[in-house]
Amino acid sequence: MLGYLFRRVLAAIPVMGVVALFVFLLLRLTPGDPAAILAGDNATPEQLERIRTSLGLNEPLYVQFFTWINKLLHGDLGVSLISNVPVLNMIGQRIEPSISIALATIIVAVVVAVPLGVLAAWKQGTWIDRFVMALSVLGFSVPVFVIGYVLIQIFAIDLRWLPVQGFRSLKSGFGPFLERLVLPTLALSFIYVALIARMTRASMLDVLGEDYVRTARAKGIGEIAVLFRHALRNAAVPVITVIGTGFALLISGVVVTESVFNIPGVGRLTVDAVLARDYPVIQAMILLTSLLYVTVNLLIDVAYTLLDPRIRY
Amino acid sequence: MAIETLPEPSIAIAAPPRPRLGFLTATPIIATATFCLVAIAVMSILAPWIAPHDPLQLLPAQRLKPASEHFLLGTDAYGRDVLSRVIYGGRISLLIGFGATLVSISIGLIIGLFSGFFRWLDAVLMRIMDGIMAIPAILLAIAVVSLSGASVMTVLIAITIPEIPRVARLVRSVVLSAREEPYVEAAISVGSALPKIMWRHLLPNTVAPLIVQGTNFCASAILTEAILSFLGAGISPETPSWGNIMAEGRQYFQLKPTLIFWPGLLLSIAILSINLIGDAARDALDPRMKQREGK
Repeated sequence: MLGYLFRRVLAAIPVMGVVALFVFLLLRLTPGDPAAILAGDNATPEQLERIRTSLGLNEPLYVQFFTWINKLLHGDLGVSLISNVPVLNMIGQRIEPSISIALATIIVAVVVAVPLGVLAAWKQGTWIDRFVMALSVLGFSVPVFVIGYVLIQIFAIDLRWLPVQGFRSLKSGFGPFLERLVLPTLALSFIYVALIARMTRASMLDVLGEDYVRTARAKGIGEIAVLFRHALRNAAVPVITVIGTGFALLISGVVVTESVFNIPGVGRLTVDAVLARDYPVIQAMILLTSLLYVTVNLLIDVAYTLLDPRIRY
Repeated sequence: MAIETLPEPSIAIAAPPRPRLGFLTATPIIATATFCLVAIAVMSILAPWIAPHDPLQLLPAQRLKPASEHFLLGTDAYGRDVLSRVIYGGRISLLIGFGATLVSISIGLIIGLFSGFFRWLDAVLMRIMDGIMAIPAILLAIAVVSLSGASVMTVLIAITIPEIPRVARLVRSVVLSAREEPYVEAAISVGSALPKIMWRHLLPNTVAPLIVQGTNFCASAILTEAILSFLGAGISPETPSWGNIMAEGRQYFQLKPTLIFWPGLLLSIAILSINLIGDAARDALDPRMKQREGK
């Protein structure tokens, strides 16, 4: 087990290396002078020079790369070209809303989607099954910002149940925090529910035909226990996998949701950085989200062995 | 003689499944999806003839007018006709959707074929693909657009790059299993030229899975384009695209929600139709999947 973990961590290193190289080359290989691209059309020569020094663009390419990597490994993600604040500080200040939305979404999605998927598989072919599947196709197809605005229109403007936009830190009390978290979470959960419900259903259908399920039923165990204790446990691996691969969807979803609901999280930070061409912020966000994605999927691989004793590495 | 009564030798050489278009009208729902998609495509192609106004014409005196006989869906903040802009908007979405699908499949196919066939290339290519796949697609796309400027071409490239590894991985897995088949070994042993082996024996196996993957990606490419435009990191704002119309509508949402509603509706219908067609294609082309889902 430890050996496996070690091998998986080792395998993640080249992946992150490629990500870093890609991010590095993206700026340098874009046609034109990188400093001029970042500074925009009305830049003064002094501004250009400042950007060149800040990013080390005057050095040869390979020197730039190794200096940059060295800094990265020491936790230095660079300084914003606009505000001159270290990027890591900027991200730290705005991480709370994003993590809140992401965690709330995963919890809501799993709590809603897994029972829906189990139900659809159990009632396969009935109107319940078709309804769940239709809901899932819909969830894939309606963009999160369209859902977001529909929710705002109904619950915030027409019914006035919830605030329209914004975010309150948990420090200002749980009520106001939750109040502003409900709509963004609902909007973002839609696609995740679709993804997980679909996978749960497919995976349950595989398992429900197995002998041990038939045996369990023959023993006279209640249907609920058969479904959740015998079938779902065995169907869990693909479901957990899809939560991991769906993590990328979640990250892009957070970026969009924060724009719709005017939430000052790292997603908004990224969008603002893109509009201002603040490349150090963009590159830090790409590196960190990729690292997060790789780590989450690594943890999920490890979780397999705990969930399913048949899987041994 | 007994030998004459022996049954025909039952060596069935499984031909790669051939894509047939019959599934497009198999059920009423799929038929409706096909109809909607064709209707949106026709609307986009005929946009210059059916749009009642010039989508770029600014009429400052007519700002944010409600729906009327003259402007069927009203006007936006610059006095442009919303209906005309929505009609034209389909052009960008479909162009990006189908363009990005074709380009990513072409490039991914080549990478996948080579990677599956040459073991020494495989390790390097697949590590690169893994790296690109680890970057969330939307962040990669907005980074490319922010550096290269907002044009249809940039957006197309930005949406295509993250998909290439997924196509390459799919093609590679198909090639890896196909190259163990006797007919490929036979072709290699009689000294067939490599391009011929790839073209005649390996490529046909990839068609069915690629159609399924391509349809799903087409839907998500249209979605990504809309997201990029919506975030302000897409094609230039005056160009009528569904994402752009919605991005402008954001500021006036409380005043005039229809600015987001109409393009959002068409966008959702387009993506929904393509997703439904993709599901039908998978059921029709991949018998294993059908069995698995117990249909």
